[in-house]
Amino acid sequence: MPYEEKLLNELQRQANRIRQEVIRMTHAAGSGHPAGSLSEADILSALYFHFMQIDPKNPAWPDRDRFILSKGHACPGLYAALALRGYFPMEKLATLRRIDSILQGHPDMTKTPGVEMSAGPLGNGMSAGAGMALGARITGRDFRVFVLIGDGDAQEGCTWEASMFAGFQQLANLVCIYDYNRSQVDGPTCEILDLEPVADKWRAFNWEVREIDGHDIEQILDALAWAAQQRERPALIIAHTIKGKGVSFMTENPAAWHGKAPNKELAERALKELSQEALA
Amino acid sequence: MTVYPGKALREAFGETLVELGEQIPEIVVLDADISASLKTNTFAKRYPERHINCGVAEQNMMMNAAGLATTGLIPLACTYATFSSMRTCEQIRSFICYANLNVKIISTHGGIEVGWDGPTHQATEDVAMMRAIPNMTVVAPADAVATSALLRRVVAYAGPTYFRMGRNPVPVIYKPNQEFTIGKAIKLREGADVTLVAMGAMVSVGLDAVEKLAAENIQAGLLDMHTVKPLDGEALLAAARNTHAIVTLEDHNIIGGLGGAVAEFLAEHKPVPVVRVGVPDTFAESGAPHELFEKYGMSANHVVDAAHRVLK
Repeated sequence: MPYEEKLLNELQRQANRIRQEVIRMTHAAGSGHPAGSLSEADILSALYFHFMQIDPKNPAWPDRDRFILSKGHACPGLYAALALRGYFPMEKLATLRRIDSILQGHPDMTKTPGVEMSAGPLGNGMSAGAGMALGARITGRDFRVFVLIGDGDAQEGCTWEASMFAGFQQLANLVCIYDYNRSQVDGPTCEILDLEPVADKWRAFNWEVREIDGHDIEQILDALAWAAQQRERPALIIAHTIKGKGVSFMTENPAAWHGKAPNKELAERALKELSQEALA
Repeated sequence: MTVYPGKALREAFGETLVELGEQIPEIVVLDADISASLKTNTFAKRYPERHINCGVAEQNMMMNAAGLATTGLIPLACTYATFSSMRTCEQIRSFICYANLNVKIISTHGGIEVGWDGPTHQATEDVAMMRAIPNMTVVAPADAVATSALLRRVVAYAGPTYFRMGRNPVPVIYKPNQEFTIGKAIKLREGADVTLVAMGAMVSVGLDAVEKLAAENIQAGLLDMHTVKPLDGEALLAAARNTHAIVTLEDHNIIGGLGGAVAEFLAEHKPVPVVRVGVPDTFAESGAPHELFEKYGMSANHVVDAAHRVLK
C-alpha cells in the first residue's frame, strides 16, 4: 500500500526520537534495558503516532485501542513513546527508576498514564491481551488489542497457553507483534533456546502470520492494516528486528546491552549516531 | 452433639452465582476445565456469552481475568486451590494484585478435607501465600449460608479477592438471615476461659469442640474468622481480653495461614497464649476426610486437647 512520504518521514522521525530518549533515560537512570527498547522503536512509532485509535488526553476512553508491552523490561521505549505522544510531560522521562517516579523499572499501569497492563515477568502479556480482546467482545466494543512480545516471552509457557486460547477463541481483534531480534540476556536465541520455526508454530495454533522487516515503517503499516482486516483469527506479525538498532556498539554486542545503561561517553556516542541518522 | 444438615460450599457458590449473573451483567466466569467441580455449569448454560472455559491452562486464565477486569467486567476465575494459589501465583501477585485489578479468584478443594485425591490436590499453603500479597483480600466461608452471603459481598467489593472453599459438604450452621461483612468476624459463642478462632470447614469442628469443653466446665468462645485478610483485630483483642487464651483452627498448614495471622497480630498487640490447630507442617495423604482429620490432629477432640494445653 502506498503511503505519503510525509507520513513515513514523520514516523521515522518519531522512532528516532524514541531511540534518543531511550539512551538519555537509561543513561540518566544508570540502569535499565536499552537494546530491546531500540529494537521496538519503529513498531511503537507506527502504533502510537499513526495506527492506534487513542486519545492521550483521555487515557481511560473505553473504546481506545490497547497496547501491552509484554517484554516489560523494554519500557524505556514505551515511556518515550507515551511522553512524545503527550500522555505525560517529557520531563518525567528523566525520572526513570528514581524513587517517587511515575516511571518504574518495569511498567506499572497504576502509576503511568497510557500503560494498559503492568509487565515484567515474561510470557503474560498475550494472555492479558486475550482477556482484553474478550472484554471487547463481551461488552460489544470494537477496539483492538496490540501486544508486543519478545524472544523471552516466546520461550515462556503462558505465551503458548495464550496462543492456543486466542486461536481457538478466534480473537480477531487481537494483534501480536513479535519483536524478533533473536537475542536474549545470555546470548543469541539460536544458542540458548531456539524459537524456529516461529511462523509455523503460530500457524499451527490457528493464527494468521506475516513476516516483516521490523524497522521498515512501510512494512509495519502494511502489516498492521493486514492484521486489522482479520475477521476469524488473531494475527501475528513477526517483526525481524535488530537488538540495539541505531546504536552501532549495541548492535555489535546486543546481549551485553540487554540490561545495561550507557555511561556518559557511550551515551554521547549513541546520541551522535542517532542524530546523524535523523539528519539523513 | 448438635447435628446440622450438610451442604458443600461450592453448591451454594454455583446457586448464588446464577442469581448474581442475573443481577450483575458485568460478571464473567472463567473455568479451567473443572466447571462441574466448581458448580459453574448452570451459570454457563444461562449466560454462555459470559462464561469462558480456558481449558487446563490456569496461568492464561488468570491473565485473561486480569485483561477482562481492565475493560470494566468482574471476572471470577475458578479452579482448585492448589492451582489458583501456586500455579498462578505470579499472575496473581505481579499482575492482578500489583495493579489492584478487580479479579475474584474462586477456589475449591482448600485443605486436607479434599481427602482421597491426596496431597497434590490438598491446598495447605494457599492462604499463607495469598495473605502475603499486598492488596489481596482472603475470604474463607464456613458454610453454605456464609458462602452465598460472602460471595455477594466479595463481588460488590472492588479489588482482588481470594475466595476459599472446601470440597465436601459441611454442616449449615448459620440461619439464612445472618449478616456478613468482609473483615468482620462473627462471634458464634461467648467465651470466658478460652476462645477458638476458626476459618472455613473448621468452624463447625469448633462448634463441636465448644460443646465438649462445656461438658468439662470450660467455657470456650468461638469466632468465625471468615476473612483472614484483613484480619478482624478488634474481635481478636476483645477475645484476648475476655479469655486470655486462643486456639486457632484451620484446614491449612499451621504456618502462615489463620494461625500465623492471629499469632502475628496478638504478639504485637495483646500477647496471650496461642495454640494452633491445623495441618502440622507436613504433607498429608489420601484417605477419608474424617480419618485425615483424626490422623493429622484436626478433630474436635484435638481442639479440646489444644484448649487444655493453652490453658495450662
